[in-house]
Amino acid sequence: MNRFAELLDRLAYEPGRNNKLRLITSYFRAVGDPDRGYALAALTGALSFKHAKPGLIRDLIAARTDPVLFGLSYDYVGDLSETVALMWPKSELAAHNNPPPPTLTEVVTTLRTLGKTELPAQLARWLDELDETGRWALLKLVTGALRIGISARLAKTAAAALGDKDPHEVELIWPGLVPPYLDLFAWLEGRAEKPVNRDPAPFRPVMLAHAIEETDFAALDPADYIAEWKWDGIRVQGVAGRDDRGHIAARLYSRTGEDITGSFPDLVPSLRLPGAIDGELLILRDGRVQSFNVLQQRLNRKVVSPKLIKEFPIHLRAYDLIGDDENDLRELPFAERRERLEVFIRKLDDPRIDLSPTVPFASWDALTAARADPASAGAGEDADAVEGVMLKRRDAPYLPGRPKGQWWKWKRDPHIIDAVLMYAQRGHGKRSSYYSDYTFGVWTEGDSGDELVPVGKAYFGFTDEELLQIDRFVRRNTTEKFGPVRHIVHEPDKGLVLEVAFEGLQRSPRHKSGVAMRFPRISRLRWDKPPREADRLGTLEKMLKTEAAEVDA
Amino acid sequence: MNGMRPQDILLPAAAGLCCKPGGFHIDPVRPVERAVITHGHSDHARAGHGAVLATQETLDMMRLRYGENFAGSTQAIRYGEEIRLGDVGVKFHPAGHVLGSAQIAVTCKNTCIVASGDYKDAPDPTCTPFELVPGDVFITEATFGLPVFRHGDAADEVKKLLASVAVFPERAHLVGAYSLGKAQRVIALLRAAGYDAPIYLHGAMEAITHYYQSRGIELGELRAVKGVKKAALAGTITLAPPSATSDLWTRRFPDPVTAFASGWMRVRARARQRGVELPLVISDHADWDGLTATIAATGAGEIWVTHGQEDALVHWCKSKGLQARPLDLVGYGDEEETETPLQDEAEA
Repeated sequence: MNRFAELLDRLAYEPGRNNKLRLITSYFRAVGDPDRGYALAALTGALSFKHAKPGLIRDLIAARTDPVLFGLSYDYVGDLSETVALMWPKSELAAHNNPPPPTLTEVVTTLRTLGKTELPAQLARWLDELDETGRWALLKLVTGALRIGISARLAKTAAAALGDKDPHEVELIWPGLVPPYLDLFAWLEGRAEKPVNRDPAPFRPVMLAHAIEETDFAALDPADYIAEWKWDGIRVQGVAGRDDRGHIAARLYSRTGEDITGSFPDLVPSLRLPGAIDGELLILRDGRVQSFNVLQQRLNRKVVSPKLIKEFPIHLRAYDLIGDDENDLRELPFAERRERLEVFIRKLDDPRIDLSPTVPFASWDALTAARADPASAGAGEDADAVEGVMLKRRDAPYLPGRPKGQWWKWKRDPHIIDAVLMYAQRGHGKRSSYYSDYTFGVWTEGDSGDELVPVGKAYFGFTDEELLQIDRFVRRNTTEKFGPVRHIVHEPDKGLVLEVAFEGLQRSPRHKSGVAMRFPRISRLRWDKPPREADRLGTLEKMLKTEAAEVDA
Repeated sequence: MNGMRPQDILLPAAAGLCCKPGGFHIDPVRPVERAVITHGHSDHARAGHGAVLATQETLDMMRLRYGENFAGSTQAIRYGEEIRLGDVGVKFHPAGHVLGSAQIAVTCKNTCIVASGDYKDAPDPTCTPFELVPGDVFITEATFGLPVFRHGDAADEVKKLLASVAVFPERAHLVGAYSLGKAQRVIALLRAAGYDAPIYLHGAMEAITHYYQSRGIELGELRAVKGVKKAALAGTITLAPPSATSDLWTRRFPDPVTAFASGWMRVRARARQRGVELPLVISDHADWDGLTATIAATGAGEIWVTHGQEDALVHWCKSKGLQARPLDLVGYGDEEETETPLQDEAEA
């Protein structure tokens, strides 16, 4: 448990992706089976312990500490697990006998079979045996609140690196594996054959597109490409296959391979033909695609109620077929897969799954026109849910990752506003000496005339050279400092105007301005513009009305 | 007994803890005629007093920081030595906080008050160990006066640092540490752990670290980081004042890992606030267990609690049947708390 606790502790502070990978891989290398397998399970979210609730932990600490001291400590630390981990008293017996702390395997296997009534005493024993970091990790683990910024994908990538394997290979066999993954580690260390994925409906690593730039078009021939609408939904893979007994198993995966079937039970009956569809998850009402804001209201719900299912009818818009019954189609050229897809969807004949139409075009000019006005280029009433066009080479096989020159995304122009830099905060990791997180605001009528109100935060979009320029500006124009945050001069004639690009806007009672941006980033520095000429909140509210109209309709 | 009331011997005043019958202040925050100083940290040892009584090390450190004329006159005192000042006896005892740090026992007519300054009961190879001084009143600091502050073995924290250097040999490790005491202790701990490569120093740490070496403290090979090529700093460890680790100064290092050696690192939110990637829980102050064990062991029936988390410690004392009260002294305990503002573009 101590090694795992050290790993979690270090990961919790490490901002860099590559460094996180290195830390996890070196843990897998240093720690043996089966502990490392349970660690991988914990990091990929494959473990859950239903009885360990915060209330139980509160009771344990209340029985052992002075309530005044606990109150003062909790106020200071601000996190229950951490407070308990730090102030848990040394037990006399533990100090005397010095029993070895539990291994991660012992914790996981014990908790699996332990009854609810035995849990408090067992947890207390472990807390007696562990040190501060160990106790913190134990409490985070059992309450299921690791929150250390590690995705399942990242943990699997770290495991793959142990054997110099492509993470996609691990992803492919993952659905058939169970903790503590002895067969996986044996293969990664070259001691055994690759485990066979017996999952009847496995995930296949997805193919991704590059963003296209103006300068790319010159080298591309329109005849080599098929265009489709780029839908503003969620990329998913809908897979169906037959299990050992010949029954259909259906699964829905996110683009990272996470099994999200449980969140969309209403789509499962539609996935009844063996095969693997690559497509976009959308909400359709009366045949019309709803905006991303609407879709978002169906996501990340703990309970999928009948009401939710009724009000947010789920839909899969298919644009690729990578498996057809037993056949793997990924080696075939896209044009051929597209034909197979059209047949497949016709045969399926299901109202919840339809075909994403292609966008006919003969020249880049024609496609530019279609992208500018999707409504009259075939998208019709769904045009508001189109965020651009996709270009796919007719002869491209389905390749995992982001291969060069095969698929392109050409997004609709983002929303743009001019905002004023108000506060800056230091970044993390490599950027820890730079002020790289910016809060910006727009003008609104205040009690004493016009004032700036913060509307968002951005920490990318600028070049390295621009970062240096802003950093210098921040250091020279700070009016106040609060810990890591600097207030930057923002007056009508003094300050820096940032051109901010963003994808969408939502009403947000949590923000003082009442609006929240989706995917904001700095697109240009407007050194030329005085802050007084920056945009007003009214401009954003007008955009909000346009978006809201989509939601209500 | 013809003992005096403790508050007639020592009393909090605007300039600091004042001893009227002895005619001096302990660690005064404003210039006074006669100052008795516990240790060399800048919040306790200030310039501009008439006469200063302190250990030789503390006087030397004040001289390093403030120059030759930091006081009208000075007098050095050894641990265990007792002198009379006015109507009181003053005796110095090791506090285990930093090199030369002392607790000051003030005795007047059979009543003994021990002003412990900053102290720790944990082992530290760079200073004389803390000595328990029995008395009637014990004045304790409370920097880490909450039961969440339990500091563990500093050697384990240094192992964490070395493990990180092993995992990231192409990166530089930058350890923020207070330049008087903490930095030298971290270096000594690294040496004790078997690390024998040169250790690099930020300019602000050089003078005080060399002073430690001149007092016979073995720190191995030390180098100034200034002027060293970026690539040459891969895989190395550099010590710097905490404020420098988030400054422009860090750009001279290859992809630095920012560590910080402090008791505050025990609490995650504090470490995150500072943008620390590798918190090292190494403290030169007693932790909660150290404070409570020391208070109990002194046998003092009355405890005065100053600078830090007074509430929790006063509450604990009372729950153990001890008389306790917070001393409202201001101006202490911020040696690690505030970042000394460096000039923005300064190269230190």
